[in-house]
Amino acid sequence: MPIREITLAHADERDLTKLAEYQAVGGYKPLAKARKMKPEAVVEQLLASNLRGRGGAGFPMGRKASFLAKGTGKPTYLCVNADESEPGTFKDREIMLENPHRLIEGCLITAHAIESKNVFIYLRGEYLDVFLVMRRALEDARKAGLLGDVTVVLHRGAGAYICGEESALLESLEGKRGQPRPRPPFPAVSGLYGSPTLINNVQTIATVPVIVEKGGEWYAKIGPEPSPGTVVFSLSGNVERPGNYELALGSGLRELIYDLGGGIPGGRELKAIIPGGSSTTVMTPDQLDTALDFNSVAEAGSQLGAAAVIVIDDRACMVQLALRSTQFYMHESCGKCTPCREGTRWMTQLLQTLEDGRAEQSELDLLLSVCDRILGKCLCALGDFAAGPVVEYVRNFRDEFQRHIDEGGCPFGGESSLKGVFAPVDQHSHAPVAEVPA
Amino acid sequence: MSDFAAEVDKLAAPYPERQSAILPALRLAQERHGGWLPPEALEEVAEAIGIAPAQVEAVASFYDMLHLAPVGKHMVEVCTNIPCALVGAQQVLDAFERELGVRPGETSEDGEFTLRAIECAGGCGRAVVVVVDEVYREPVRTEDVPAIVEELRRAD
Repeated sequence: MPIREITLAHADERDLTKLAEYQAVGGYKPLAKARKMKPEAVVEQLLASNLRGRGGAGFPMGRKASFLAKGTGKPTYLCVNADESEPGTFKDREIMLENPHRLIEGCLITAHAIESKNVFIYLRGEYLDVFLVMRRALEDARKAGLLGDVTVVLHRGAGAYICGEESALLESLEGKRGQPRPRPPFPAVSGLYGSPTLINNVQTIATVPVIVEKGGEWYAKIGPEPSPGTVVFSLSGNVERPGNYELALGSGLRELIYDLGGGIPGGRELKAIIPGGSSTTVMTPDQLDTALDFNSVAEAGSQLGAAAVIVIDDRACMVQLALRSTQFYMHESCGKCTPCREGTRWMTQLLQTLEDGRAEQSELDLLLSVCDRILGKCLCALGDFAAGPVVEYVRNFRDEFQRHIDEGGCPFGGESSLKGVFAPVDQHSHAPVAEVPA
Repeated sequence: MSDFAAEVDKLAAPYPERQSAILPALRLAQERHGGWLPPEALEEVAEAIGIAPAQVEAVASFYDMLHLAPVGKHMVEVCTNIPCALVGAQQVLDAFERELGVRPGETSEDGEFTLRAIECAGGCGRAVVVVVDEVYREPVRTEDVPAIVEELRRAD
């Protein structure tokens, strides 16, 4: 059974967007409790919980909070990363749409813990529905006097995947192009406006109230010891019942896809699974018994990432899948680092050549060589997100890549589920502004 | 002070530094200029924020939701990223192309519709996601497309 006791607790039976409903199930009591505690005592609970960041990197939140520079004479800021854009991910949207006060309460408790008076929620620009729900919830919380002396700014992005990268998010919030910063200094020392800044994902912050309510040790006992707690898994693709499932970490991949998700529709066969969003590396059906937690998925050679499980049936051509993934990263590359900017373009061209059946053997080797020259060579992880999965598509489905070369075309012969998918990188709506005089 | 500059003042008030209001200001300017940002809109934003127009254009050109070329009265966007593509996004996009008579990225000759393919919109659990004038429609099937277009034509 899905566990919906943490970030989506009671969301099925009540309209938690209403403040009174949220308070009726104990909402904002943890905030009152936290405000009676010393800030460092709240951080102690976060450390004890071993809550790991839910945005994709899985870094322990309590440790991140404890890194914040003290005594700098500058304000400390809390930024919530609500710029959810990893392909396959739609958990933060549901948390904010169904349980906005839980995020707000988490913000206020965290702000108390790090002695911050300024919270910024960087919300994905496309999420207009979320913006309207969050704006009303914030206004209700303010009128009820819950914010105290903390200001919470709801800041809308404007369409850029890279702004989910924490230093690019800060640049964007400062009113600049969303391009990542070199590190060090890390945001804990010099973040927003050069001040110490804590940045965490929506789900991470929305988990904080229950940790204060029931204690860090209680939370640490859910799921496996190295990565405890619950995660909202976003299940999508070729599966009977896609959607969000909040489960204890350590739940089985097979149970998620077959028991909860209802398996593969239309009597098709499972071909591949992307476990954590398109930046994570592909898994194969023989790995269905993998437990879904940070360490177990890593041991299986992939990453839990943002827990966005994309299910792929046997109609999909893996060259087309790799191509469509690479087109995304090419579109979203901010252009700052040459290996990522040029490399993603080159990868796209090589994959298109392969798909069209025009590739020579050497071009498959070249593709892997280009990937190698991107991996680990950029300021942020976007280049790795593009190249890492492609290396694994080739490694796991080498025969299929090879057949494109040997047969001079796609072995699916136009029957692939991903045939001819148009990518935004191929459209040019940003026409030059300058007009040529007549 | 112009009305626009006064509005930008309000938008900038919650931020410790004024330049943080550039995205809200660009969004407002775009709304007031028919859904896109002509050069004079960029200049208005530059003046209201207190930075050079080139800086404003550098920012505006970075973000996918800010448009530096005219767009139609209605914006129809179809997600074609992997989760949507696996369950028929291309067929939905094809259906909009047929109904609207434009290719992705183009605006219809009467200026009514712009059709775009977009990257993952965060609705993969209810694919295929179509965004019409910033409002999500999910899920959309190929057979839903004529009714959506008809509804938009009737709304005018």
